[in-house]
Amino acid sequence: MNSLLILIPLAVLLGLLGLAAFLWALRSGQFEDLDGAAQRILLDGETPSLPATRRKT
Amino acid sequence: MSVALVLEAPAVSRAAARCAHCDAQLGDPAQRFCCHGCEAAATLVAGLGLDAFYRRRILSPGTLRPEGQEEDLSAFVTTSDGVSRLQLHVEGLVCGACVWLVESALAHDRDVLRARVNFSTRRLRLEWTGGPERAAALVGRLTALGFRVAPFDAEAENDARARQERELLRALAVAGFAAANVMLLSVGVWSGHAGSMGPATRELLHWVSALIALPAIAVAGLPFFRSALRALRAGRTNMDLPISIGVTLAACMSIYQTAAGRPHAFFDSAITLLFFLLIGRYLDTRARGRARQAAQQVVALATRAVRILLPDGAVQVRRAEFVRVGDIVLVASGERIPVDGVIARGATTIDQSFVTGEALPQSVDIGAQVFAGSVNLGQPIEVATRSAGESTLLAEIARLMEAAERAQGRYVTLADRVARLYAPVVHVAGALTFLAWFFLFEASAEEAVMYAVAVLIITCPCALALAVPVVQVVASSRLLGRGILLKSATALERLSQIDTVVLDKTGTLTCGRPDLVAVCADTATRAAIDPVRTASGLAQSSRHPLARAMARAAPRAVAWRDVVEEPGAGLRCTTPEGEWRLGSRVFCGVAAKLALTHASDERLELWLVGPGISPVRFAFSDALRRDAKPVVAALRARGYEVRLLSGDRAHAVEAMARAVGVEVWLADCTPGGKARELAALAARGRKVAMVGDGLNDAPALAAAHASLSPSSAVDIAQTAADVVFQGDGLAPVLETLDLARAAQNVARQNLVLAIGYNALAVPLAVGGLVTPLVAAVAMSSSSLIVIANALRLARKEGRS
Repeated sequence: MNSLLILIPLAVLLGLLGLAAFLWALRSGQFEDLDGAAQRILLDGETPSLPATRRKT
Repeated sequence: MSVALVLEAPAVSRAAARCAHCDAQLGDPAQRFCCHGCEAAATLVAGLGLDAFYRRRILSPGTLRPEGQEEDLSAFVTTSDGVSRLQLHVEGLVCGACVWLVESALAHDRDVLRARVNFSTRRLRLEWTGGPERAAALVGRLTALGFRVAPFDAEAENDARARQERELLRALAVAGFAAANVMLLSVGVWSGHAGSMGPATRELLHWVSALIALPAIAVAGLPFFRSALRALRAGRTNMDLPISIGVTLAACMSIYQTAAGRPHAFFDSAITLLFFLLIGRYLDTRARGRARQAAQQVVALATRAVRILLPDGAVQVRRAEFVRVGDIVLVASGERIPVDGVIARGATTIDQSFVTGEALPQSVDIGAQVFAGSVNLGQPIEVATRSAGESTLLAEIARLMEAAERAQGRYVTLADRVARLYAPVVHVAGALTFLAWFFLFEASAEEAVMYAVAVLIITCPCALALAVPVVQVVASSRLLGRGILLKSATALERLSQIDTVVLDKTGTLTCGRPDLVAVCADTATRAAIDPVRTASGLAQSSRHPLARAMARAAPRAVAWRDVVEEPGAGLRCTTPEGEWRLGSRVFCGVAAKLALTHASDERLELWLVGPGISPVRFAFSDALRRDAKPVVAALRARGYEVRLLSGDRAHAVEAMARAVGVEVWLADCTPGGKARELAALAARGRKVAMVGDGLNDAPALAAAHASLSPSSAVDIAQTAADVVFQGDGLAPVLETLDLARAAQNVARQNLVLAIGYNALAVPLAVGGLVTPLVAAVAMSSSSLIVIANALRLARKEGRS
C-alpha cells in the first residue's frame, strides 16, 4: 500500500496541472472567440506581417 | 495596377458569369461586376494586395454586395494618450476569410495599432494613434468592402455578464477536476467495503478526498451560496437554498465521519452535485447571453449618429443621447428622424408608420411637427429639436412600458413555485427523520443526525434544479438556430400559456417597407424595354427607400454607370441615346393628362422616362408578408384567437383583416389605446401574445402576457419584446408558440421525474439505508434522465 503514498499525490498533481492550464487559458481570453479560433487556424501563415494585431491582453 | 490584379480574381473561370466580388449571377457575361460597389471593393482589395481573400473565402453568393454607407462615427470614439479606440459590430462576416480581410485591410494603415475581430460576437476592436477624425477613413474601408458596421458601446451590463460567465466556467472547471478525482478515490473505498481494505487505508483515502473536495466546494459552491443568501435576505426561498444547505451539511458530516474513522463519507456526492448543477447553469447563462447579444447587435445596427447643424454653419456629429432642445438636426433623404421636433427648413414626405401605424406617407412642410422614428422619404430637412428627455413621445411610451413591465415582473415561474414549496418540505422531512430516529427508535443522537443529513443529501434537488433550465437551454438554442432570439428567461413558459394572439398591421403583417406592386406601361414600351429591369438598374446606386424597393424588384439587374442622384427628386443618367430619368412625377416631366389618370391612386409612385418610350409608372405599397395568411390560418387551427390591432385607418385595417382571415380587428389605436385593449383582454382572463414592431406597439408589447417582435422593428419595440425573430416571414411566431408548448410539456415531465425520484429515494434515506454509493448512483442517474428527456426537444427538429 506504500505505492499509494506516491501514486495519489502524483495523480492529484497531474489533475491540478490540467486545471491550472485550463484556468490560465480562461484568464488569457482563449475562450472568448471559439468560432474565430476555428476559422483562423486555416488562415495562419499567410497573414501579412501585422505586429499590431498580436494579442496584448 | 490594381485593374490588372483584379483580372486574376477567380470568378472569371466559372462557367456561369458571376460577379468577381460578391459572386452574384450576372445578366451580361461580358461584365465582371454586378455593380459599382463591387467593382470598387474588388479594386480596393487588390490595391491592398489582399486578393488572396477570393481564394480563401467560402461564402454564399451575394452576401457581400457593398451598398456603401456614409457614416461619421467620430462621436463614438474614445481617445486617451493619443490612442483612439472604437468598438464596432460588423455585419457581413461569413467565414474566416472575412475576418482576415477586415483585419488586414485595417492593419495596412500605418496608424492602426490593433484591429481584432471576435468572430463569435461579430465585434471589432480597433485602436489607432491619432484623433477621432481618422475613424471615418478607417471605417470607410470596411463599408467599401461591403461590411456594414455599427458603433457599439462596451456597456457595463455586458461586461458583468461576461464576468459572470467566466466565473461560472472557472467554478465548473474546479468542480469537474475535484469530482473526477474524489470519485476515483470513492470507487476505491466502495470496493474496499467488501473487506479487502483496511480501516487505515480507507481513512487515508477519506482524508485525501476531504483535502480535494473541501476547497473545491468552497470555490464551486460560491454561485449557489451567494444566490441562496440573497434569497434569504429578501425573505424568500429558492432552489439554491436546499442545494447550499445540502452541500454544506454533506461536507460537514463527512468531515466528522472521517475524523471519527467511520466508513461513510459523502464528499463525492457533494462535489458531483455541484458539478452537475454548474453544467446546467453555465449552459443556461451562455444560451441566454448569446440570444441577448444577437438582439443587441440587431438594435445596434439601427442606431445612427445624429448630425447637428451648429449656428456657425458647421456640422457636428453627436450621439442621440446628447442632443438638446433647440438643436437643429439634419435628416437626409431615407434617414430616420432621431428627435421629436418641428421642421425648420425644407418640405418632404415622411413615413410615420412606426410611430402611428399610419401606412401612407404624409407630406410635411416648415412648422410641421415630426416625431422620432419617422422616416424621411423625400428631400433633406432640418428639424429643430422641440423636446428632449422626459417630454418626448418616446419617453412617454417608455413610461407606459415601464408600468406594464412592472406588472409582468411579478410573474412567478413553475420552477420557482415548486422551489418555494420544496425547501420547507425537505427540511421538515429532515427534522422529522431526526426526531423519529431519536425518540421513537431510540437511536443515538449521532446516528439520528446522520440519517437526517442523508435525507437532505438525497433530496438535494439536483434533478429538480436541472429539470427546467436544461429544457430552456435546449429550446432556446434550437430557436436561436432558426433566427429566433429568446430574451427573457420566463418567456417560454409564458408563451406556452397563450390563448390569444394580437397582431399589429404595419411592419408585422406587412413587411413595413414599400414594395413594387404594379407597373403601368403601354405595350409599345414593354416591347422596347423591360421596364422593371431598366428602372432597377438605374436605382441600384441609390439608398432612397423607393429606389431600394425598385432595386429589390429585380435584384440581378445590371447597375447603370454614371447615375446622378438629385436628392428628393430622382435619378438621371445620360446615355448616347438620350437621358433616362427615374423619380417623382414632376422630376420626370410627366404630362398632367397622363398623371391625372392615376390621381385617385394613393399609393407611392415612381416614374420612368427615357428616349423612345412613353412614361412608365411604378406603384409601391406596403405588401403583406408572404406567409401572413397561412400563419394566421395555422394559428386559428391550433385554437388561438387571432386579433388585429392597428393605428391605421379603419378601411385599410378592415381590408387587411379580410385579406388574412382575421375576424376581430380594431383600428385607429393610439399607443396607450393598444395597451388598454390588451389590459381589457387580460382582465377577461385571456393570455395574450402581442406581435408588433412599431414605436406605437412598445407599450402593448410590454403589457401583453408575452410578446414577439420582428428584427426589422424599432429598437424600443425589440427592447420591450420577449422574443425577437429574424427573417421575412411570420412563421417564427408559429414555431415559437409550438416549441413553447412542447418545451413546457417536457419541463413538466422533468419535474414529475425529479419529484418521483425523490419520492423513491426519501423513504430509503429515512430508513437509514443510504450509503454514499447509493447517493452517488441515485443522484447521477436522476440528473442524466432529466437531461436526456430535455434533449428530446432538440431531436424533434429533425422530424418536423
